[in-house]
Order: sequence, then structure tokens, then C-alpha cells
Amino acid sequence: MMARSANTAVAHDLAIEEERLHLRVVEPQDGGPPHPPAAPPVSNTRVAIAMFLVAESMFFAGLVGAYLVFRVGSVVWPPAGLPALPLTVTWINTVFLFFSGVAVVSGLRGIRRGDQRALRRRLLLTAALGAVFVSVQGWEWAGLVHHGLTLSSGPYGGTFYLLIGTHAAHVLGAMGWVLWVTAAAQRGRYSVENHDGVEMCAVYWIYVCALWGLLFGLVYH
Amino acid sequence: MSEAAAAHAHDEHHHEGGFVSTYLFSLDHKMIGKQFLLLSLFMMIIGGLLALMVRWQLAYPEQPVPGLAWVPEPYLYDGIIPPETYNMLFTMHATIMIFFVVIPILVGAFGNFLIPLMIGTKDMAFPILNMLSFWIAAFAGGLLISSFFVEGGAAAGGWTAYAPLSAAEVYTGVGLGQDLWIISLVVLGISSMMGSINYITTIINMRAPGMTMFRLPLVVWSLFITAILLLLALPELTAAMAMLLFDRRFGTAFFLPEHGGEPILWQHLFWFFGHPEVYILILPGMGIASEILSVFSRKPIFGYRAMAMAMIAIAFLGWVVWGHHMFQSGMNPTMGMAFMTTTMVIAVPSAIKTFNWLGTLWGGNIHFTTPMLHALAFVSMFVIGGLSGIYMAATPVDIFIHDTYFIVGHIHYVVFGGSIFAIFGGIAYWFPKMYGRMMNETLGKIHFFGTLLFFNITFFPMHIIGIGGHMRRIYNPEQYEFLEPLLHWNEIMTIGSIGLGIFQIVFAVNFFWSMFAGEKATQNPWHANTLEWEAPTPPPHGNFLVTPTVYRGPYEYSVPGEKEDWLPQARPGSGVAAAH
Repeated sequence: MMARSANTAVAHDLAIEEERLHLRVVEPQDGGPPHPPAAPPVSNTRVAIAMFLVAESMFFAGLVGAYLVFRVGSVVWPPAGLPALPLTVTWINTVFLFFSGVAVVSGLRGIRRGDQRALRRRLLLTAALGAVFVSVQGWEWAGLVHHGLTLSSGPYGGTFYLLIGTHAAHVLGAMGWVLWVTAAAQRGRYSVENHDGVEMCAVYWIYVCALWGLLFGLVYH
Repeated sequence: MSEAAAAHAHDEHHHEGGFVSTYLFSLDHKMIGKQFLLLSLFMMIIGGLLALMVRWQLAYPEQPVPGLAWVPEPYLYDGIIPPETYNMLFTMHATIMIFFVVIPILVGAFGNFLIPLMIGTKDMAFPILNMLSFWIAAFAGGLLISSFFVEGGAAAGGWTAYAPLSAAEVYTGVGLGQDLWIISLVVLGISSMMGSINYITTIINMRAPGMTMFRLPLVVWSLFITAILLLLALPELTAAMAMLLFDRRFGTAFFLPEHGGEPILWQHLFWFFGHPEVYILILPGMGIASEILSVFSRKPIFGYRAMAMAMIAIAFLGWVVWGHHMFQSGMNPTMGMAFMTTTMVIAVPSAIKTFNWLGTLWGGNIHFTTPMLHALAFVSMFVIGGLSGIYMAATPVDIFIHDTYFIVGHIHYVVFGGSIFAIFGGIAYWFPKMYGRMMNETLGKIHFFGTLLFFNITFFPMHIIGIGGHMRRIYNPEQYEFLEPLLHWNEIMTIGSIGLGIFQIVFAVNFFWSMFAGEKATQNPWHANTLEWEAPTPPPHGNFLVTPTVYRGPYEYSVPGEKEDWLPQARPGSGVAAAH
């Protein structure tokens, strides 16, 4: 090492500096075994869930885009003879979903303090509020069908049921995930140090809630 | 990782065994890559045979196909192809070749096999997800093939499934077959999303020490960008497919004009996915060609960063050009102008890549191996396909050649001349690492020259008859008086396609013979720099005995002052290279 020329030493230091810039560790100068790479700044699961949400967003972007083509292209919306969408009930329902989002965040904060009981209870509350949301929506649909709004009521009925129905399916899926995480929490799977599973599930739940905010604003107003 | 820990990890991986966990439900990225390769090559045979039947009908309309008299009605009548079956043939040929051959080989096979090896890690970030993504893709393939055997036959509305043709049974007479087509592609979309998430996470987080983003081999760059495109494009197609399925089965009318639907909306949704899709088909091919051209010219790739940036530019521009598929569908002329301009702008990054490939070859010590020949064919055929694309981008020209064989010629020069040559080159190049044996060079060259010759006989005349007004997707060209002077071309192209098919048998023989009886491969038979050649041949489960450390970019060939003409990424720096 001592015999190395000044020139290559400088070059080598520059190389190390470059490695540091890229958050990676280079082989130590004594020629020993290389260090393991530094832990990535964002964990694999977080990158994966972010990518998954990007894909979900593109899926809904397709549906929303189609909805807007019909809505912007129509002179009268809703078309004559078809019922308007019920606003009051849906506003109340939106509040339920909002509080389910609050509940899931509260559960996540619970496990960050190590409070297992709070985690389990808040997750159950989240799922319960989700169930209320979907049930109210089902009841609302029954009323709309009764008033003559069906899948075959032209693009107005079609886009409504497809868009809102797809969202409801996502709520149901997210509920399944929350219940699965609750069961795992019951077995003591999560701790202050390790609660990635709760975090991913909470992120997805909040995504589904936020998506509802967008759809509610677009479709019901 | 210390060597002891590495050896320990290595042991852990070897505790599994048995046929099922090794060959069927393997979690090893290399085995999953090979599964994708074999599945796609099998699908390629089916897709190819369908194409030969299309060609037969065009050259010898309503004459019995030789050897197919046994096929029952209503598919064939004593070997004669009826119009309904003809529609099915070209629809399914394109669907299979695009979704079940080119994408699964480029992304599924090469992506899986190469990414962990080339970035220097043990496996994908999520091996179980990876295994599922293969089996879901295989299931989707099964669904698609099964649609041939249901009442009414397989989808017949073209691979673009334009509404209302695809949106109601009355137009094509295809019932369940079209539904299965839709479901199959939705299922494939799920598989592809799983794969993309895996690739992106792996490339972002699991690179070996020293492997910065700008030391990634270009093929990894191309697969990274392709994964992002797939992740963004396929969900949007899934949304469109859901709407189409609802139109067919649940009484909605999104695309059916008689109930207030918008058939043009389908075209927008389809091509918003469909154009990024075109780049999904070609970008990994560009990456593969870049690797091969550099290795066999024994020169660094010309303009490494420009190559990566050009791919990023193509990926971005790919989102704002979809309207060029719809110039004839009726469009505000201002929009047409905008789409024409964005489309022509794509020629710039594509030209950057082409000139950089030529710059790589310039003054190189070129070795004409089988992979190199395929890579050279990739560049030259891609240039022909790319140049015909510029004609079509110009609205005044496109109005004339829209829906003619000129378009069919263009797509085949890009996807066969481009992607498939890159696939053959990539298989020959990485075969030693995949199976531990070399492919036979003589057979490889026979296959290459035969394919190149018959490919051009088959597809080049398409430009000529396209300009002459020969429409695509017509059942019987003899019904049109103005096509009479062009009919002899149809016969030439069909003979070419039969030759093309026969030469693929040479490839199949070479592939399977070499797998079991080829010459044993050394660890680094091509004297290449990238990390996959640091692993033993074939690499064990877990790939590297010791996690490699990366000291330099992937293309340090013929470095002045070095004893050898290659300088692997993982070799600790010599004085010359460090000062360099």
C-alpha cells in the first residue's frame, strides 16, 4: 500500500468519494473482503408498494379518463329520465370512510409505541367502518336500481357502476388485508422495530380512502 | 458478506431438491427465466403456424392447405380456410406473438435471468412473487389457447380488438372466444405487474457494492425502463378490457354507438397502452444488441450515457404519440399535427442509438459470431423498420398507406427484424450461462443466414404491395381487380415465409441438441466484462460464491495498457484503469 504512487492514491480516493456519493461502500484498502452494501434508503417492501400504487393509479386513470370523455361530451348530465346520485347519504358515508382512515393511522401509531391492544382494536375499527361504507353503498345501489339506473342505462349508468363498483371492490380487498394483518397482530407478529406489514396495509387503506375522495368529487358532483 | 456467510447462504439454498421445487415451482430467478423462455418458444411455434396459414390463404386463396384436410368443420372445410377462420388466424397470430412470445422472452426470460446476475445479487427482491408471475402468465397462455376450442372459436376482431367489432357478438360471430381473449390479457397484465414491481425493486435496491446506476449494463437499463413502461401501460389496458367485457356480458354500452357509446374511445384507450407497448417490444432488444455489439467489437459502447438517456427519452415520448395510430379515425387536424410532430421527434433518440451502435463498430476488432450476426441484423433491420415508420408518421402519407400491407411490413421489420433477431442473438450469447454449454456455431450461422434471407423475402415485398394499395386483413386478394398486378408478390412472400419456418427448425435442433450435448462452456467464453460472467457456469442457486464488488463501467474493452482486451467490472482496479 505504501508503495502506491501519489497519482493512483489520488485516483483511488476520488473513486471512494464517488462511491460515497452513491451511498455504497467500496472494498476496504487493505484488500480484505468487501463490506456488505449499505442498507438501501428505502426498503424493498416500500418500493414495491409504491410501484403497486402507481399501477393502481394508472388503472383508475383509465376508468376516470373514459368517464370524463362521456361526461364532458354530454350536454345534459345526468341524462333526462335517469335519477341523480344521492348526495346526503354519500356525504355521511364519506365521513365513515374518513374516520376509518383516521383509525388505521391511529393503529399504526399504536404499534410504533408498542401498544398491541391499540393496534388490534384500531384495525378492527378500520375494517368495521369499511364494512359500513360498503353496506351503505350497497343499499344506495339498491335504491338507484329501483329508480331505474342500471348498467344498461347508457354511459351514465355504466360508468357509475363500473367506477364506483371497482372502488368498492378495492375497499373489500383492503378490508381483507386489514383483517389478515389483525389476525397476524393477534399472534404477536408485529413490534416497535418490525411493523412493515402494518405500514404497507395502512398505506393501501389510506390510498383507497383518498381515491374515494377523488371519485366522490368527480362522479357525484 | 464474508466468505463464510456466503458459503452458509449457499448451503441453505441447496437444501431444497426434488423435481417439483427445482423445475416447476422454483423460486430461482434463473429457472423462472428458462421457464419463460421455453413457454414462449412453444407459443412461438403456434403463432408461426398460424402465420403460415394466413400466408397460404393470401397466396392460394380458397385452396386446401396441404396436410390440414383432417381439421374439422367449421375451422376448415376439407383444408380450405373460411373467412371466419381467417379472421381468427391473423388475430391470434398477432396476440400470441406480441403478448406471449416477444414480451415474455424479452422481459420474462431475459429480465429474470439477467437482472440479478448482471447487477450482482443473489436473486430477485421477491422470489415468490416471481414464481407466481410465471405461473399466472402460463395460465393466461392456457386460457388463450383454450379459446380456439370453444363454440364460435377464438377472437377474430384483430389484435387491436377495435370496437364495435369486439364489443358485440353479432359482428364477428365469436362469443366466449373473445371473452377468453379479454380475460387472458387481464390475467397476463397481473403477471406482468408482479414482474415489473419485482424488477424495479431489485434494480433500485439490490445492486452489488460499487454498481452505480451509470455502471449498469445497457440491457439492464433497457429492462428497467421497460418494467416501468409495463407497470404504467398494462393497468390502463386492463381498465379498457374491463369496459369491453362489461359491454359484451353485462349490458353496458361504453363502445357501442347505438346505445350512446363511443367506439373511438376504445381506440384511444387501446393505443394509449399500445404505443408504449411498441417500445416495450423493442427497448430490451436494443439493450441486448448493445451488449453484443460492444463485446464482439472489443470496444466500449459508443456514448454510454447518451444510450441510456435516449432510452429514457423514447420511454417518455412513447406516451404522447398514440394518436398516430388514429389519423384515419377522424381527428381534429391540430391534434393530428401535434401527434405527427411528437412521433417524428422519436426519430431523434432512435437515431442517437443507431449512430452510437455504428460508432461502437467503427474501427472495432469485430468477431462474426452467431450472436454478433444477429445483433448486426437487428441494427440493419431496425433501421429499415424505423425509416418506414417516419413515412407513416406524416399524416399526408399515412392517409394513403393506412391499413395497407405497408403497415404490416413496418411492424414486422421492427418486431421480427428488430426484437426477434435480438432474441436469437441474446439466446446464443447467454446460452452458455443458462445451460452451461455452447450453442453450435455452424448450425447457428445456417439458421442466421437462412432467417435473414427468408425474412426479407417474406416481409420486404409488403412495402411494395402496400404502396400498391393492398389492404391488410383481407380474406381473398383475388376479389379485387386493382390488386391483380400485385398477386405474384403474394406467392413470393408465402414461399419466403415457408422458408423462414423451415429455418427455424434448425434453431430448435441447435437449441435442444446444444442443451444436452453442446460443447461445455467455460465461465466466461466471450471474454465479456459484465457480472454474470463472474458467476460459475451454470450459476448455482444464489449465483455468486462471493458478492462481487464493482469497480468500473461495463464496457471497458481494449483499454490501453491492459494485457488483455477486456477488463471485467469486478476485477480490482489496476494502476492504469484507476488513473483512467
